[in-house]
Amino acid sequence: MADVTVIGAGVAGLWAAWACAQAGLTPRLLDRTGPPGPHGCSWWAGGMLAPFCEGAVAEPAIVTHGQTAATAWAEVTEVTHRGSLVVALERDRGELDRFARRTEGHETLTNTVQDLEPDLPGPRSALHFPAESHLDPRRALADLVAALAERGVAIERTSATPQDIAGPVIDARGLAAALPGLRAVRGEMLVLRAPDIHLTRPIRLLHPRHPLYIVPRADSVYMLGATQIESADRRGVSARAILELLSAAYALDPRFAEAEVLETGADLRPAFADNVPRVIRRGRVLHLNGLFRHGYLMAPALAQQAVACLTTGQKGDLVHED
Amino acid sequence: MRSFYGVTLSSPLMLGTAQYPSPAVLQEAFRASGASVATVSLRREGGQGQAFWDIIRALGVHILPNTAGCHSAREAITTAQMARELFETNWIKLEVIGHADTLQPDPFGLLEATEALAADGFEVFPYTTEDQVLAARLLEAGAQVLMPWGAPIGSGLGLNNRYGLRTLRAAFPDVPMVIDAGLGLPSHAAEALELGFDAVLLNTAVAQAGDPAAMARAFGLAAQAGALARAADPMAPRDMAQPSTPVIGKAWL
Repeated sequence: MADVTVIGAGVAGLWAAWACAQAGLTPRLLDRTGPPGPHGCSWWAGGMLAPFCEGAVAEPAIVTHGQTAATAWAEVTEVTHRGSLVVALERDRGELDRFARRTEGHETLTNTVQDLEPDLPGPRSALHFPAESHLDPRRALADLVAALAERGVAIERTSATPQDIAGPVIDARGLAAALPGLRAVRGEMLVLRAPDIHLTRPIRLLHPRHPLYIVPRADSVYMLGATQIESADRRGVSARAILELLSAAYALDPRFAEAEVLETGADLRPAFADNVPRVIRRGRVLHLNGLFRHGYLMAPALAQQAVACLTTGQKGDLVHED
Repeated sequence: MRSFYGVTLSSPLMLGTAQYPSPAVLQEAFRASGASVATVSLRREGGQGQAFWDIIRALGVHILPNTAGCHSAREAITTAQMARELFETNWIKLEVIGHADTLQPDPFGLLEATEALAADGFEVFPYTTEDQVLAARLLEAGAQVLMPWGAPIGSGLGLNNRYGLRTLRAAFPDVPMVIDAGLGLPSHAAEALELGFDAVLLNTAVAQAGDPAAMARAFGLAAQAGALARAADPMAPRDMAQPSTPVIGKAWL
Protein backbone atom coordinates (compact mmCIF):
# COMPACT_ATOMS: atom_id res chain seq x y z
CA MET A 1 0.00 0.00 0.00
CA ALA A 2 1.45 3.35 -1.04
CA ASP A 3 1.75 6.24 1.44
CA VAL A 4 1.58 8.87 -1.27
CA THR A 5 0.81 9.03 -4.98
CA VAL A 6 2.91 11.21 -7.25
CA ILE A 7 1.38 12.18 -10.59
CA GLY A 8 3.74 13.27 -13.34
CA ALA A 9 7.14 11.75 -14.11
CA GLY A 10 8.99 14.85 -15.22
CA VAL A 11 11.87 16.20 -13.23
CA ALA A 12 9.56 17.52 -10.48
CA GLY A 13 7.56 14.30 -10.08
CA LEU A 14 10.63 12.06 -10.17
CA TRP A 15 12.28 14.16 -7.50
CA ALA A 16 9.12 14.17 -5.43
CA ALA A 17 8.95 10.37 -5.58
CA TRP A 18 12.66 10.10 -4.82
CA ALA A 19 12.44 12.48 -1.84
CA CYS A 20 9.47 10.46 -0.53
CA ALA A 21 11.45 7.23 -0.82
CA GLN A 22 14.43 8.86 0.92
CA ALA A 23 12.14 9.92 3.75
CA GLY A 24 11.00 6.33 4.26
CA LEU A 25 7.63 6.70 2.53
CA THR A 26 6.36 4.33 -0.13
CA PRO A 27 5.38 6.36 -3.19
CA ARG A 28 3.39 5.36 -6.26
CA LEU A 29 4.42 7.18 -9.42
CA LEU A 30 1.93 7.74 -12.23
CA ASP A 31 2.34 9.39 -15.62
CA ARG A 32 -0.08 9.57 -18.50
CA THR A 33 2.69 8.96 -21.05
CA GLY A 34 4.98 6.71 -19.03
CA PRO A 35 8.71 7.27 -18.48
CA PRO A 36 10.35 10.64 -19.29
CA GLY A 37 10.71 11.43 -22.99
CA PRO A 38 10.22 14.11 -25.63
CA HIS A 39 6.62 14.66 -24.44
CA GLY A 40 7.79 16.46 -21.30
CA CYS A 41 9.61 19.76 -21.03
CA SER A 42 12.25 18.22 -18.71
CA TRP A 43 13.54 16.43 -21.80
CA TRP A 44 14.54 19.67 -23.47
CA ALA A 45 16.38 21.28 -20.57
CA GLY A 46 19.95 22.49 -20.65
CA GLY A 47 21.01 20.88 -17.39
CA MET A 48 22.94 23.84 -16.02
CA LEU A 49 23.07 23.96 -12.24
CA ALA A 50 23.91 27.66 -12.18
CA PRO A 51 22.20 29.35 -9.24
CA PHE A 52 24.52 32.36 -9.20
CA CYS A 53 24.17 33.14 -12.91
CA GLU A 54 20.40 32.75 -12.69
CA GLY A 55 20.48 35.30 -9.87
CA ALA A 56 21.14 38.03 -12.43
CA VAL A 57 17.40 38.08 -13.10
CA ALA A 58 15.76 35.47 -10.88
CA GLU A 59 14.38 35.97 -7.37
CA PRO A 60 16.75 35.30 -4.42
CA ALA A 61 14.93 32.01 -3.61
CA ILE A 62 16.39 30.53 -6.82
CA VAL A 63 19.94 31.44 -5.80
CA THR A 64 19.51 30.13 -2.25
CA HIS A 65 17.83 26.81 -3.01
CA GLY A 66 19.66 26.31 -6.28
CA GLN A 67 22.93 26.02 -4.40
CA THR A 68 21.80 22.69 -2.95
CA ALA A 69 21.00 21.17 -6.35
CA ALA A 70 24.43 19.92 -7.41
CA THR A 71 24.96 17.93 -4.19
CA ALA A 72 21.47 16.48 -4.33
CA TRP A 73 21.82 15.41 -7.96
CA ALA A 74 25.27 13.92 -7.37
CA GLU A 75 23.60 11.23 -5.24
CA VAL A 76 21.72 9.89 -8.26
CA THR A 77 23.59 10.90 -11.40
CA GLU A 78 26.88 12.17 -12.72
CA VAL A 79 27.35 15.87 -12.09
CA THR A 80 30.22 17.80 -13.65
CA HIS A 81 31.64 20.31 -11.21
CA ARG A 82 33.65 22.57 -13.48
CA GLY A 83 31.94 25.90 -12.89
CA SER A 84 30.60 28.02 -15.70
CA LEU A 85 31.79 30.92 -17.81
CA VAL A 86 29.98 34.08 -18.83
CA VAL A 87 31.33 35.98 -21.81
CA ALA A 88 30.34 38.85 -24.06
CA LEU A 89 31.47 40.02 -27.46
CA GLU A 90 33.89 42.96 -27.29
CA ARG A 91 31.15 45.35 -28.45
CA ASP A 92 28.95 44.32 -25.53
CA ARG A 93 31.58 44.56 -22.83
CA GLY A 94 29.20 46.66 -20.73
CA GLU A 95 26.86 43.66 -20.45
CA LEU A 96 29.57 41.70 -18.68
CA ASP A 97 30.14 44.44 -16.10
CA ARG A 98 26.43 44.67 -15.48
CA PHE A 99 26.11 40.90 -15.08
CA ALA A 100 29.00 41.01 -12.60
CA ARG A 101 27.26 43.68 -10.53
CA ARG A 102 24.10 41.62 -10.33
CA THR A 103 25.55 38.26 -9.40
CA GLU A 104 27.65 36.71 -6.67
CA GLY A 105 30.10 33.86 -6.60
CA HIS A 106 32.24 34.88 -9.56
CA GLU A 107 35.76 35.94 -10.33
CA THR A 108 36.73 38.11 -13.27
CA LEU A 109 39.14 36.54 -15.72
CA THR A 110 41.25 38.95 -17.73
CA ASN A 111 43.41 37.31 -20.38
CA THR A 112 43.17 34.00 -18.53
CA VAL A 113 39.97 32.66 -20.09
CA GLN A 114 41.95 30.20 -22.20
CA ASP A 115 43.67 28.79 -19.11
CA LEU A 116 40.26 27.39 -18.22
CA GLU A 117 38.88 26.72 -21.70
CA PRO A 118 41.87 26.48 -24.04
CA ASP A 119 39.62 25.80 -27.01
CA LEU A 120 37.45 28.90 -26.64
CA PRO A 121 38.74 31.24 -29.34
CA GLY A 122 37.31 34.70 -28.82
CA PRO A 123 36.82 36.37 -25.53
CA ARG A 124 39.76 37.74 -23.57
CA SER A 125 37.71 38.39 -20.48
CA ALA A 126 34.95 36.48 -18.77
CA LEU A 127 33.23 35.87 -15.47
CA HIS A 128 34.00 32.51 -13.91
CA PHE A 129 31.49 30.98 -11.49
CA PRO A 130 33.62 28.20 -9.96
CA ALA A 131 30.89 26.76 -7.70
CA GLU A 132 28.45 26.01 -10.53
CA SER A 133 27.91 22.63 -12.18
CA HIS A 134 26.07 20.92 -14.97
CA LEU A 135 24.59 17.55 -15.85
CA ASP A 136 23.11 15.73 -18.81
CA PRO A 137 19.35 16.06 -18.24
CA ARG A 138 18.24 12.97 -20.15
CA ARG A 139 20.79 10.83 -18.40
CA ALA A 140 19.79 12.36 -15.07
CA LEU A 141 16.14 11.50 -15.68
CA ALA A 142 17.06 7.92 -16.63
CA ASP A 143 19.27 7.60 -13.54
CA LEU A 144 16.45 8.82 -11.31
CA VAL A 145 14.04 6.37 -12.91
CA ALA A 146 16.58 3.59 -12.31
CA ALA A 147 17.19 4.63 -8.70
CA LEU A 148 13.45 4.59 -8.07
CA ALA A 149 13.10 1.19 -9.73
CA GLU A 150 15.75 -0.14 -7.35
CA ARG A 151 13.50 0.98 -4.50
CA GLY A 152 10.60 -0.86 -6.13
CA VAL A 153 8.95 2.28 -7.54
CA ALA A 154 7.91 1.83 -11.17
CA ILE A 155 6.20 4.40 -13.36
CA GLU A 156 2.60 3.36 -13.95
CA ARG A 157 1.10 4.59 -17.17
CA THR A 158 -2.30 6.09 -16.42
CA SER A 159 -4.00 9.39 -16.99
CA ALA A 160 -5.40 9.58 -13.45
CA THR A 161 -5.86 13.02 -11.92
CA PRO A 162 -5.68 13.85 -8.17
CA GLN A 163 -9.48 13.50 -7.87
CA ASP A 164 -9.27 9.87 -9.00
CA ILE A 165 -6.92 8.91 -6.20
CA ALA A 166 -7.47 8.42 -2.48
CA GLY A 167 -4.97 9.54 0.14
CA PRO A 168 -2.15 12.06 -0.12
CA VAL A 169 -1.27 13.13 -3.65
CA ILE A 170 1.64 15.07 -5.06
CA ASP A 171 0.55 16.60 -8.34
CA ALA A 172 3.56 17.35 -10.52
CA ARG A 173 1.87 17.42 -13.91
CA GLY A 174 3.19 20.81 -14.97
CA LEU A 175 0.90 22.72 -17.34
CA ALA A 176 -1.57 19.81 -17.45
CA ALA A 177 -2.48 20.64 -13.83
CA ALA A 178 -3.96 23.93 -15.13
CA LEU A 179 -3.52 25.73 -11.81
CA PRO A 180 -4.72 29.30 -11.47
CA GLY A 181 -1.92 31.76 -12.27
CA LEU A 182 0.16 29.12 -14.04
CA ARG A 183 1.23 30.13 -17.53
CA ALA A 184 3.34 28.69 -20.34
CA VAL A 185 6.65 30.20 -21.40
CA ARG A 186 7.85 28.79 -24.68
CA GLY A 187 11.48 27.73 -25.05
CA GLU A 188 13.39 26.58 -28.12
CA MET A 189 16.74 24.80 -28.29
CA LEU A 190 19.15 23.00 -30.59
CA VAL A 191 21.48 20.06 -30.16
CA LEU A 192 24.64 20.03 -32.25
CA ARG A 193 27.59 17.71 -32.68
CA ALA A 194 30.83 19.62 -33.16
CA PRO A 195 33.82 17.28 -33.02
CA ASP A 196 36.21 20.19 -33.70
CA ILE A 197 35.17 22.01 -30.56
CA HIS A 198 36.25 21.04 -27.07
CA LEU A 199 34.44 22.95 -24.37
CA THR A 200 34.17 21.50 -20.89
CA ARG A 201 31.76 23.77 -19.03
CA PRO A 202 28.60 25.74 -19.78
CA ILE A 203 29.22 29.06 -21.47
CA ARG A 204 26.76 31.93 -21.48
CA LEU A 205 27.02 34.59 -24.10
CA LEU A 206 25.52 37.88 -23.01
CA HIS A 207 24.02 39.64 -25.96
CA PRO A 208 21.57 42.54 -25.93
CA ARG A 209 19.23 40.79 -28.33
CA HIS A 210 20.15 37.12 -28.57
CA PRO A 211 21.53 35.75 -25.31
CA LEU A 212 22.71 32.17 -25.61
CA TYR A 213 24.04 29.38 -23.48
CA ILE A 214 25.98 26.38 -24.63
CA VAL A 215 26.10 23.27 -22.48
CA PRO A 216 28.64 20.56 -23.36
CA ARG A 217 27.53 16.94 -23.25
CA ALA A 218 29.41 13.70 -23.94
CA ASP A 219 30.75 12.86 -27.43
CA SER A 220 31.24 16.45 -28.66
CA VAL A 221 27.53 17.17 -28.34
CA TYR A 222 26.43 20.68 -27.40
CA MET A 223 23.07 21.94 -26.32
CA LEU A 224 22.26 25.49 -27.42
CA GLY A 225 19.50 27.33 -25.62
CA ALA A 226 17.14 28.88 -25.25
CA THR A 227 14.48 31.31 -26.27
CA GLN A 228 11.96 32.58 -23.75
CA ILE A 229 8.67 33.62 -25.28
CA GLU A 230 5.44 34.44 -23.47
CA SER A 231 3.43 32.00 -25.50
CA ALA A 232 1.66 28.65 -25.28
CA ASP A 233 2.48 27.91 -28.93
CA ARG A 234 3.29 24.19 -29.18
CA ARG A 235 4.62 24.19 -32.71
CA GLY A 236 8.19 23.16 -33.51
CA VAL A 237 11.19 25.44 -33.38
CA SER A 238 10.82 28.61 -35.45
CA ALA A 239 13.30 29.48 -38.18
CA ARG A 240 13.97 32.70 -36.34
CA ALA A 241 14.97 30.90 -33.15
CA ILE A 242 17.36 28.66 -35.07
CA LEU A 243 18.79 31.66 -36.85
CA GLU A 244 19.33 33.57 -33.64
CA LEU A 245 20.77 30.72 -31.62
CA LEU A 246 23.12 29.67 -34.41
CA SER A 247 24.19 33.23 -35.19
CA ALA A 248 25.07 33.81 -31.56
CA ALA A 249 26.97 30.50 -31.40
CA TYR A 250 28.76 31.36 -34.61
CA ALA A 251 29.75 34.75 -33.23
CA LEU A 252 31.21 33.00 -30.20
CA ASP A 253 33.04 30.31 -32.17
CA PRO A 254 32.85 30.19 -35.99
CA ARG A 255 33.58 26.46 -35.93
CA PHE A 256 29.95 25.93 -34.89
CA ALA A 257 29.10 26.60 -38.54
CA GLU A 258 30.50 23.16 -39.36
CA ALA A 259 28.54 21.37 -36.65
CA GLU A 260 25.95 18.71 -37.38
CA VAL A 261 22.46 19.65 -36.22
CA LEU A 262 21.24 16.61 -34.30
CA GLU A 263 18.02 17.90 -32.89
CA THR A 264 15.79 20.88 -32.50
CA GLY A 265 13.34 21.13 -29.63
CA ALA A 266 10.53 23.39 -28.51
CA ASP A 267 8.35 23.05 -25.46
CA LEU A 268 6.51 25.01 -22.81
CA ARG A 269 7.78 25.76 -19.33
CA PRO A 270 5.17 26.09 -16.59
CA ALA A 271 5.63 29.28 -14.58
CA PHE A 272 3.91 31.40 -11.96
CA ALA A 273 3.92 35.21 -12.16
CA ASP A 274 7.16 35.57 -10.18
CA ASN A 275 8.82 32.68 -12.05
CA VAL A 276 9.51 30.95 -8.71
CA PRO A 277 8.29 27.36 -8.24
CA ARG A 278 5.74 26.55 -5.59
CA VAL A 279 4.34 23.80 -3.47
CA ILE A 280 0.66 24.61 -3.17
CA ARG A 281 -1.21 22.75 -0.43
CA ARG A 282 -4.87 22.11 -1.11
CA GLY A 283 -6.13 19.66 1.47
CA ARG A 284 -4.63 16.23 0.77
CA VAL A 285 -3.12 17.36 -2.54
CA LEU A 286 0.24 19.07 -2.85
CA HIS A 287 0.82 20.74 -6.19
CA LEU A 288 4.48 21.01 -7.23
CA ASN A 289 4.64 23.34 -10.16
CA GLY A 290 5.99 26.43 -11.89
CA LEU A 291 9.60 25.32 -12.21
CA PHE A 292 10.00 27.62 -15.23
CA ARG A 293 13.58 27.40 -16.53
CA HIS A 294 14.79 26.06 -13.20
CA GLY A 295 13.56 22.46 -13.31
CA TYR A 296 16.89 20.77 -12.56
CA LEU A 297 18.05 23.59 -10.32
CA MET A 298 14.94 23.70 -8.14
CA ALA A 299 13.36 20.21 -8.26
CA PRO A 300 15.46 18.80 -5.37
CA ALA A 301 14.68 21.67 -2.99
CA LEU A 302 11.03 21.81 -4.03
CA ALA A 303 10.66 18.07 -3.49
CA GLN A 304 12.31 18.33 -0.06
CA GLN A 305 9.86 21.03 0.98
CA ALA A 306 6.90 19.02 -0.32
CA VAL A 307 7.94 15.95 1.63
CA ALA A 308 8.60 17.96 4.79
CA CYS A 309 5.15 19.49 4.41
CA LEU A 310 3.65 16.04 3.95
CA THR A 311 5.40 14.31 6.86
CA THR A 312 5.73 17.02 9.51
CA GLY A 313 3.46 19.81 8.25
CA GLN A 314 6.52 22.04 8.10
CA LYS A 315 5.95 25.01 5.82
CA GLY A 316 9.03 26.00 3.85
CA ASP A 317 9.37 29.27 1.97
CA LEU A 318 8.23 27.67 -1.30
CA VAL A 319 5.03 26.29 0.26
CA HIS A 320 1.81 28.20 -0.32
CA GLU A 321 -1.63 27.44 1.12
CA ASP A 322 -4.52 27.64 -1.25
CA MET B 1 -1.66 67.63 -22.21
CA ARG B 2 -2.71 67.10 -25.82
CA SER B 3 -5.02 64.13 -26.13
CA PHE B 4 -4.30 60.93 -28.01
CA TYR B 5 -7.23 60.20 -30.29
CA GLY B 6 -9.53 61.74 -27.71
CA VAL B 7 -7.92 60.06 -24.71
CA THR B 8 -6.27 62.24 -22.09
CA LEU B 9 -3.62 60.30 -20.22
CA SER B 10 -3.19 60.44 -16.48
CA SER B 11 0.59 60.22 -16.76
CA PRO B 12 3.07 61.13 -19.51
CA LEU B 13 4.81 57.77 -19.08
CA MET B 14 4.18 54.80 -21.37
CA LEU B 15 5.97 51.52 -20.67
CA GLY B 16 6.74 48.50 -22.79
CA THR B 17 6.09 45.03 -21.41
CA ALA B 18 8.99 42.97 -22.79
CA GLN B 19 12.18 41.70 -21.16
CA TYR B 20 11.17 41.92 -17.51
CA PRO B 21 12.60 39.26 -15.17
CA SER B 22 9.03 38.08 -14.53
CA PRO B 23 5.42 39.22 -14.92
CA ALA B 24 5.37 39.92 -11.18
CA VAL B 25 8.22 42.42 -11.59
CA LEU B 26 6.44 43.94 -14.57
CA GLN B 27 3.29 44.48 -12.49
CA GLU B 28 5.33 46.07 -9.73
CA ALA B 29 7.01 48.43 -12.22
CA PHE B 30 3.65 49.60 -13.53
CA ARG B 31 2.32 50.16 -10.02
CA ALA B 32 5.42 52.07 -8.94
CA SER B 33 5.55 54.29 -12.02
CA GLY B 34 1.92 55.23 -12.49
CA ALA B 35 2.40 54.64 -16.23
CA SER B 36 -0.80 55.23 -18.17
CA VAL B 37 -0.15 53.09 -21.23
CA ALA B 38 1.28 49.60 -21.78
CA THR B 39 2.60 48.60 -25.16
CA VAL B 40 2.47 44.95 -26.06
CA SER B 41 3.86 42.97 -28.96
CA LEU B 42 2.28 39.90 -30.47
CA ARG B 43 4.43 39.12 -33.43
CA ARG B 44 6.45 36.35 -31.87
CA GLU B 45 3.82 34.73 -29.70
CA GLY B 46 2.10 33.01 -32.62
CA GLY B 47 -1.31 34.04 -31.30
CA GLN B 48 -0.77 31.93 -28.17
CA GLY B 49 0.22 34.58 -25.64
CA GLN B 50 -3.18 34.60 -23.90
CA ALA B 51 -1.93 34.11 -20.36
CA PHE B 52 0.58 36.95 -20.65
CA TRP B 53 -1.89 39.24 -22.39
CA ASP B 54 -4.34 38.67 -19.54
CA ILE B 55 -1.65 39.90 -17.16
CA ILE B 56 -1.22 43.04 -19.31
CA ARG B 57 -4.98 43.64 -19.41
CA ALA B 58 -5.13 43.30 -15.63
CA LEU B 59 -2.72 46.25 -15.26
CA GLY B 60 -5.73 48.51 -15.75
CA VAL B 61 -3.94 50.91 -18.12
CA HIS B 62 -4.55 51.75 -21.77
CA ILE B 63 -3.17 49.07 -24.07
CA LEU B 64 -1.22 50.08 -27.13
CA PRO B 65 -0.45 46.99 -29.22
CA ASN B 66 2.58 47.30 -31.47
CA THR B 67 3.89 45.75 -34.63
CA ALA B 68 7.42 45.22 -33.30
CA GLY B 69 9.48 42.89 -35.45
CA CYS B 70 7.66 43.70 -38.69
CA HIS B 71 9.90 44.50 -41.65
CA SER B 72 7.31 45.36 -44.27
CA ALA B 73 4.06 47.29 -44.51
CA ARG B 74 2.16 44.14 -45.30
CA GLU B 75 3.44 42.30 -42.21
CA ALA B 76 2.66 45.32 -40.05
CA ILE B 77 -0.88 45.60 -41.41
CA THR B 78 -1.60 41.92 -40.74
CA THR B 79 -0.20 42.20 -37.23
CA ALA B 80 -2.26 45.34 -36.59
CA GLN B 81 -5.43 43.55 -37.64
CA MET B 82 -4.66 40.67 -35.31
CA ALA B 83 -3.96 43.13 -32.49
CA ARG B 84 -7.27 44.90 -32.99
CA GLU B 85 -9.14 41.65 -32.62
CA LEU B 86 -7.16 40.50 -29.60
CA PHE B 87 -7.19 43.72 -27.62
CA GLU B 88 -10.39 45.30 -28.95
CA THR B 89 -8.71 48.64 -29.56
CA ASN B 90 -8.14 50.75 -32.65
CA TRP B 91 -4.86 51.99 -31.25
CA ILE B 92 -1.78 50.62 -32.94
CA LYS B 93 1.84 51.57 -32.46
CA LEU B 94 3.11 51.12 -35.96
CA GLU B 95 6.67 49.87 -36.30
CA VAL B 96 8.04 49.00 -39.72
CA ILE B 97 11.69 48.23 -39.25
CA GLY B 98 14.00 49.21 -42.08
CA HIS B 99 17.34 48.08 -40.79
CA ALA B 100 18.02 44.97 -38.74
CA ASP B 101 20.97 46.37 -36.82
CA THR B 102 19.86 49.92 -35.98
CA LEU B 103 16.17 48.95 -35.97
CA GLN B 104 15.47 52.32 -37.55
CA PRO B 105 12.07 52.80 -39.13
CA ASP B 106 11.55 52.26 -42.84
CA PRO B 107 9.93 55.58 -43.79
CA PHE B 108 8.39 54.26 -47.00
CA GLY B 109 6.85 51.15 -45.48
CA LEU B 110 5.71 53.22 -42.53
CA LEU B 111 3.88 55.69 -44.74
CA GLU B 112 2.26 52.94 -46.77
CA ALA B 113 1.06 51.09 -43.67
CA THR B 114 -0.12 54.29 -41.97
CA GLU B 115 -2.26 55.15 -44.97
CA ALA B 116 -3.78 51.67 -45.18
CA LEU B 117 -4.44 51.36 -41.45
CA ALA B 118 -5.87 54.86 -41.02
CA ALA B 119 -8.25 54.18 -43.92
CA ASP B 120 -9.27 50.99 -42.14
CA GLY B 121 -10.26 52.87 -38.97
CA PHE B 122 -7.08 52.35 -36.96
CA GLU B 123 -5.74 55.09 -34.70
CA VAL B 124 -2.12 54.97 -35.70
CA PHE B 125 0.88 55.87 -33.52
CA PRO B 126 3.71 55.70 -36.08
CA TYR B 127 7.22 55.06 -34.77
CA THR B 128 9.25 57.43 -36.91
CA THR B 129 12.50 59.36 -37.14
CA GLU B 130 12.58 63.10 -36.37
CA ASP B 131 12.33 63.87 -40.10
CA GLN B 132 9.91 66.74 -40.63
CA VAL B 133 8.97 65.90 -44.19
CA LEU B 134 8.10 62.34 -43.23
CA ALA B 135 6.12 63.67 -40.27
CA ALA B 136 4.02 65.84 -42.58
CA ARG B 137 3.38 62.88 -44.88
CA LEU B 138 2.36 60.64 -41.98
CA LEU B 139 -0.12 63.26 -40.79
CA GLU B 140 -1.51 63.60 -44.33
CA ALA B 141 -1.85 59.83 -44.45
CA GLY B 142 -4.14 59.92 -41.43
CA ALA B 143 -1.94 59.66 -38.34
CA GLN B 144 -2.96 62.08 -35.60
CA VAL B 145 -0.11 61.21 -33.25
CA LEU B 146 3.62 60.91 -33.93
CA MET B 147 6.21 58.85 -32.12
CA PRO B 148 9.64 60.18 -33.05
CA TRP B 149 12.60 58.21 -31.76
CA GLY B 150 15.03 59.53 -29.20
CA ALA B 151 17.73 57.10 -30.32
CA PRO B 152 17.80 53.55 -31.73
CA ILE B 153 15.63 51.02 -29.86
CA GLY B 154 17.33 49.61 -26.79
CA SER B 155 20.39 51.87 -27.09
CA GLY B 156 19.73 54.02 -24.01
CA LEU B 157 21.43 56.99 -25.66
CA GLY B 158 18.72 59.52 -24.89
CA LEU B 159 17.79 62.34 -27.28
CA ASN B 160 20.26 61.89 -30.10
CA ASN B 161 19.20 64.86 -32.19
CA ARG B 162 17.89 67.62 -29.96
CA TYR B 163 17.89 70.13 -32.78
CA GLY B 164 15.79 67.87 -35.01
CA LEU B 165 13.35 67.03 -32.24
CA ARG B 166 12.97 70.67 -31.24
CA THR B 167 12.22 71.69 -34.83
CA LEU B 168 9.77 68.82 -35.24
CA ARG B 169 7.96 69.89 -32.07
CA ALA B 170 7.82 73.49 -33.27
CA ALA B 171 6.67 72.55 -36.76
CA PHE B 172 3.53 70.72 -35.59
CA PRO B 173 2.49 72.45 -32.38
CA ASP B 174 -0.94 70.81 -32.22
CA VAL B 175 0.09 67.22 -32.87
CA PRO B 176 0.49 65.00 -29.81
CA MET B 177 3.96 63.47 -29.85
CA VAL B 178 5.60 60.73 -27.86
CA ILE B 179 9.35 60.24 -27.71
CA ASP B 180 9.68 56.54 -28.29
CA ALA B 181 12.81 54.44 -27.99
CA GLY B 182 16.39 55.04 -27.00
CA LEU B 183 15.82 56.52 -23.56
CA GLY B 184 18.23 55.21 -20.94
CA LEU B 185 17.86 57.52 -17.97
CA PRO B 186 15.06 59.41 -16.24
CA SER B 187 16.83 62.66 -17.13
CA HIS B 188 16.25 61.80 -20.81
CA ALA B 189 12.52 61.54 -20.09
CA ALA B 190 12.49 64.84 -18.23
CA GLU B 191 14.31 66.48 -21.12
CA ALA B 192 11.81 65.14 -23.64
CA LEU B 193 8.91 66.60 -21.68
CA GLU B 194 10.80 69.87 -21.16
CA LEU B 195 11.15 70.12 -24.94
CA GLY B 196 7.37 70.02 -25.17
CA PHE B 197 6.75 66.39 -26.07
CA ASP B 198 3.60 64.97 -24.55
CA ALA B 199 4.83 61.64 -23.32
CA VAL B 200 7.69 59.17 -23.43
CA LEU B 201 7.63 55.47 -24.19
CA LEU B 202 10.41 53.17 -23.03
CA ASN B 203 11.00 49.54 -22.17
CA THR B 204 14.59 48.35 -21.88
CA ALA B 205 15.75 51.06 -19.48
CA VAL B 206 13.19 49.89 -16.93
CA ALA B 207 12.88 46.18 -17.71
CA GLN B 208 16.62 45.53 -17.59
CA ALA B 209 17.45 47.77 -14.65
CA GLY B 210 18.71 46.01 -11.54
CA ASP B 211 15.55 47.18 -9.75
CA PRO B 212 12.90 47.68 -12.45
CA ALA B 213 10.22 48.99 -10.07
CA ALA B 214 12.52 51.67 -8.64
CA MET B 215 13.67 52.69 -12.11
CA ALA B 216 10.07 52.80 -13.34
CA ARG B 217 9.17 55.11 -10.46
CA ALA B 218 12.17 57.32 -11.28
CA PHE B 219 11.01 57.58 -14.91
CA GLY B 220 7.46 58.36 -13.82
CA LEU B 221 8.65 61.16 -11.55
CA ALA B 222 11.08 62.52 -14.15
CA ALA B 223 8.42 62.62 -16.86
CA GLN B 224 6.09 64.44 -14.48
CA ALA B 225 8.87 66.86 -13.52
CA GLY B 226 9.55 67.58 -17.19
CA ALA B 227 5.87 68.21 -17.87
CA LEU B 228 5.58 70.54 -14.88
CA ALA B 229 8.69 72.43 -15.94
CA ARG B 230 7.39 72.84 -19.46
CA ALA B 231 4.08 74.17 -18.21
CA ALA B 232 5.89 76.56 -15.86
CA ASP B 233 7.59 78.31 -18.82
CA PRO B 234 11.28 77.78 -18.16
CA MET B 235 13.77 80.63 -18.41
CA ALA B 236 15.87 80.93 -21.53
CA PRO B 237 19.59 80.28 -21.19
CA ARG B 238 21.68 83.47 -21.05
CA ASP B 239 25.33 84.26 -21.52
CA MET B 240 25.20 87.09 -19.00
CA ALA B 241 25.55 86.17 -15.36
CA GLN B 242 22.80 87.64 -13.22
CA PRO B 243 23.12 87.34 -9.46
CA SER B 244 19.85 86.33 -7.87
CA THR B 245 20.67 88.64 -4.95
CA PRO B 246 21.60 92.19 -5.92
CA VAL B 247 25.05 93.23 -4.79
CA ILE B 248 24.43 96.95 -4.82
CA GLY B 249 24.67 98.38 -1.33
CA LYS B 250 26.97 95.66 -0.12
CA ALA B 251 30.64 96.10 0.61
CA TRP B 252 31.71 94.47 -2.62
CA LEU B 253 34.52 96.86 -3.48
